Amino acid sequence: MNILVVTEQRQGKWNNTSFETLVAAQQITSATSGTLSVVVIGKGVAGLAQEVAGENVAEVLLVEHDLLENYTPDGYCIALKQVIEAAKPDLVLFPHTYQVRDFAPKLAASLGKGMVGDCIGFRHEGGKLVFVRQMFQGRTVADVTFTGAAPWFASFQSGAFRADLLAAHPSRKAPVNAVSVGLKPEQIRTKPLELFKEAKSSVDLTQARLIVAIGRGIKAPENIAQAEALAKAMGAEIAASRPICDEGWLPMERQIGSSGQTVAPKLYMALGISGAIQHVVGMKGARTIVAVNKDQNAPIFEIADYGVVGDIFEVMPALTEELQKTKG
Amino acid sequence: MKIIVCIKQVPAKDAPLAIAGSWIKESDIGFEMNEPDSYALEEALRLKEKHGGEVIALSFGPERVKQTIKEALAKGADRGIHIADDNFAQLDPLGSAKILAAAIGKENPDLVLTGLQSDDHGFGQTGVLLAGLLDRPHATIIMQIEVQDGRMNLKRELEAGWFQRIECPLPAVLSIQSGINKVRYATLKGIMAAKKKEIATLTRESLGVSTDPTQKIEKIYVPTKTKKTEFITGTPREVAAKLVEKLKFEARVI
Repeated sequence: MNILVVTEQRQGKWNNTSFETLVAAQQITSATSGTLSVVVIGKGVAGLAQEVAGENVAEVLLVEHDLLENYTPDGYCIALKQVIEAAKPDLVLFPHTYQVRDFAPKLAASLGKGMVGDCIGFRHEGGKLVFVRQMFQGRTVADVTFTGAAPWFASFQSGAFRADLLAAHPSRKAPVNAVSVGLKPEQIRTKPLELFKEAKSSVDLTQARLIVAIGRGIKAPENIAQAEALAKAMGAEIAASRPICDEGWLPMERQIGSSGQTVAPKLYMALGISGAIQHVVGMKGARTIVAVNKDQNAPIFEIADYGVVGDIFEVMPALTEELQKTKG
Repeated sequence: MKIIVCIKQVPAKDAPLAIAGSWIKESDIGFEMNEPDSYALEEALRLKEKHGGEVIALSFGPERVKQTIKEALAKGADRGIHIADDNFAQLDPLGSAKILAAAIGKENPDLVLTGLQSDDHGFGQTGVLLAGLLDRPHATIIMQIEVQDGRMNLKRELEAGWFQRIECPLPAVLSIQSGINKVRYATLKGIMAAKKKEIATLTRESLGVSTDPTQKIEKIYVPTKTKKTEFITGTPREVAAKLVEKLKFEARVI
């Protein structure tokens, strides 16, 4: 199966999920005896193309245009459609980033095709590729296959494959081929302006050694004091899943997950957090994970080292008391 | 401004899921408005309050989704459109977007809003596909909308705490990020007023759309554990003592 991977860069810096997707592509290529091509798209990105040419790929397609300097969904869709029509791959793979979510389904649809997004793995069985993705916020997974003719489109979730498994090119140098695309200013309807970060955070959770995190199970803002008391007794930082910060119960800077912070503390204690994918990608690197949840089927238990099926409002004060006692 | 909000009805968050092939058993569980879509609805209502116009709540699915449309009407949407379809859950993202696009096209709105993704399938593609099918500019993961002289100034969320300002002309399609606003509750007055509001019913046949699936969900299942979880049981006091001991002497993290 011939595969085309569309990598992602912004202002000349890689989005590292690109390399995880490249690992997935290398594995699918070897399982299906195909070839692997990689697209580097932007302006002034020849250096990045040379860099990725050192990996085990058949060729790198360098797609440059003045109008591709800053990402726009129109620019990327129009350019990549031409690239795909010329390269005729069977499968087009993307890292599942916010940017890919913004254009890839439309790109696929412009070729009359569908996309299987946010996959966590694949299987090759009976000559067929099966993509695995989560549903119901991670409570179930689904096996998905493509129907109809290629090209097929899929994206892989951040963390689904390990970038350190990337195989290098035998001679350290795959050919880099420039592909010219036609693109006119009037075809780009949205205008990207400045990139910015919100006011500087007062807390850096990425540096925290211990984190106590709360989710929907906390139920009401007045209950957060109980979790804070536990965090204090443990010497931990308090954090939360997205819905808690959306409600304004804790500041956004304390949000863990795909749209917030990615953390890897020694201990992550998840209280009343179900374990939706968007949260899990931000904390699965923790060394030890403790989960307390009343639902024994909550997906958080899949990644927990220690699990307590129970009421957080009973467990939190008991834990606080125990920690205070042992500290003595 | 004429705004259409696409609203999905999904199984309630705490509903027990009984898997049945490629979907779940729908009997005996409750359904609710997809939470990300409730932020899109709220944003539409605020835009109408500021700039005037009309908010139309569009939902797709079996008879039960009318309840979600009524909820949107009670919160302040002016009218509803129900695309009645018992086999909605079996459609792929492109198929359902084609049918939604046909219904939206008839209304020719200035703005189409969707939530970021649904809490059931979680495809997260509808808004972007609608933009392609309706040939309109779009932007996703939007945290702020300002409308001025037929254009929108948008704040788009990127990963890892970054944001970007984007200028987008109207008409357009936007996918709204959860947390963009504080969602309102329906008032008693709103609930009473909703009873008089119109809900038009369409079908994929009446819209004249046929769809060939591009992908198929073969089956869904409960994920296999990747880590061995040690479950700690007992009274809260016992659990606390055991857990603290394990974290101290086994995991050695506190």
